[in-house]
Amino acid sequence: MSVLLFTIIVLTGAFLAGLVGSLTGLGGGVIIIPLLTLVLGVDIHYAIGASIVSVIATSSGSAAAYVKEGITNIRIGMFLEIATTMSAVLGAIITVYINPDYIAVIFGCILLFSAAMMLKKKVDHSDDNSSGRLANFFKLNGSYPTADGTVKYGVHNVAGGFFMMFVAGIVSGLLGIGSGALKVLAMDNIMRLPFKVSTTTSNFMMGVTAAASAIVYLHRGQIDPGIAMPVTLGVLIGATVGSKLLVKTNTDKLKIVFAVVVTFLALQMIYNGLAGKF
Amino acid sequence: MKGTGKHYFADKDIQLVLGTLLRVGVIASMIVVFIGGIFYLRVYGTDLVDYHTFQPSKNAFSSILAIFQGIRSLDSRAIIQFGTLLLIFTPVTRVVFSIFSFLIERDYLYVLIGLFVLCIILISLSNKLIA
Repeated sequence: MSVLLFTIIVLTGAFLAGLVGSLTGLGGGVIIIPLLTLVLGVDIHYAIGASIVSVIATSSGSAAAYVKEGITNIRIGMFLEIATTMSAVLGAIITVYINPDYIAVIFGCILLFSAAMMLKKKVDHSDDNSSGRLANFFKLNGSYPTADGTVKYGVHNVAGGFFMMFVAGIVSGLLGIGSGALKVLAMDNIMRLPFKVSTTTSNFMMGVTAAASAIVYLHRGQIDPGIAMPVTLGVLIGATVGSKLLVKTNTDKLKIVFAVVVTFLALQMIYNGLAGKF
Repeated sequence: MKGTGKHYFADKDIQLVLGTLLRVGVIASMIVVFIGGIFYLRVYGTDLVDYHTFQPSKNAFSSILAIFQGIRSLDSRAIIQFGTLLLIFTPVTRVVFSIFSFLIERDYLYVLIGLFVLCIILISLSNKLIA
C-alpha cells in the first residue's frame, strides 16, 4: 500500500473514530487501535503510540470548552494525577516487554468493559456529606454553580478512588487509550462525585496522564510521524464535529449500535490475540 | 476557601487563561502537523508503507534533540513530530499554570502535589527509562 492511500484510509477511519467516540463518550482510541491492527496490519506498538497522541488532542480540545464552565475540580484532578502519571509511565515502560498477543487480549477485555459501561445507565451517587478525613485533609470537597444556586458535594472513599486511578493509569500507559471507563468508575462510583464534576475533571486528567506516557513512547520510537499525523488530525476533527452535533442528537440508539461494533472488535482482538496473530 | 471571595475570581481568571492556552496549543500543534503532513505526502506519498513489525531503529525522530535537528534540515517527518511534541506539552503547561495558581492562593500542600506530578513527567523525559 502506498503512503498516500494509507494516509487517506487512516485519516477517514480516525475521523469516524473521533466523531463516534465523542458522540458516545467512549473516546477515539478504542476504535483506532483495532482499525490500525486488524484492518491495516500495523504493529500494535505503533498503533498504541498514535492513539495516545490522539487522546491528548481530544482531551485538550474539549478541556478548552470545559474550563469556561468552571466546574473542573483542579484539586481532585491534581491529587489523582499523582496516581495516574506514575502508573501511566510504568505502563508505558512495561508495554514492550509484554507479548503483543497478551496486550491484544487485555485491550479486548477493556473494550468489552467500556462498551458495558457506556450502555449502563449512569446513577448520580453524589451528596453533600463532607466528613471524609482524607477528603478534608486534601481539601477535595467542592461546589459548582447551577441555575438554582451553588451545589456542594462531598468526596467519598479517597483511598479507593486513588487505587482505581492507579489501575486506570497503568491501562492507559499499557494500551495507549484514555481509559475513561475506569476513570468514571473511580470518580462516579467509588468517590461519588457529581457527573458535572467527574466528566470535566477526568478529562483534565486524561491529557496530563497521556502526556506522561506519550513521552516514553516517543523516546522508544513508537510514535511514527506517518501514522500519528493522520490519526491525530482525523480524531481531532472528528471529535470537534461530534461535540457540535452532540447538542442536537439523541445518542441512545447510536450507543447500542456502537456497543455492538465495539463488542465485535473486542472479540476479534481477543481471538487474534489468543491465536497468536499479533 | 475555594469558591468564596477574591480567590474565586482569581481562579476564574486563571481558568479563562488556561482555556485559551489549551485551545491555542491544540490549534498550533495541529497546524504544524498539517503542514508537515503535506510536505511528507509530497516527498514520500508514493513510497510503500511498512508497519508490520515494530522497528524502533527505523524511527529517526524519537528524541527531542533529533526532532530539533531534523527541523533545521526541514525534514517533513521532523515537522510532524514537532507538532506532536507541542501537543504533548500542552497539558503539561496546564499543570505548571495550576501550580502557580495554588501558589497565589498560598495552598502549599497543592503546590507540592503539583510539583510532584510535574517531576514524574520530567522523569519520563529521561531516555534511561526505556533502556
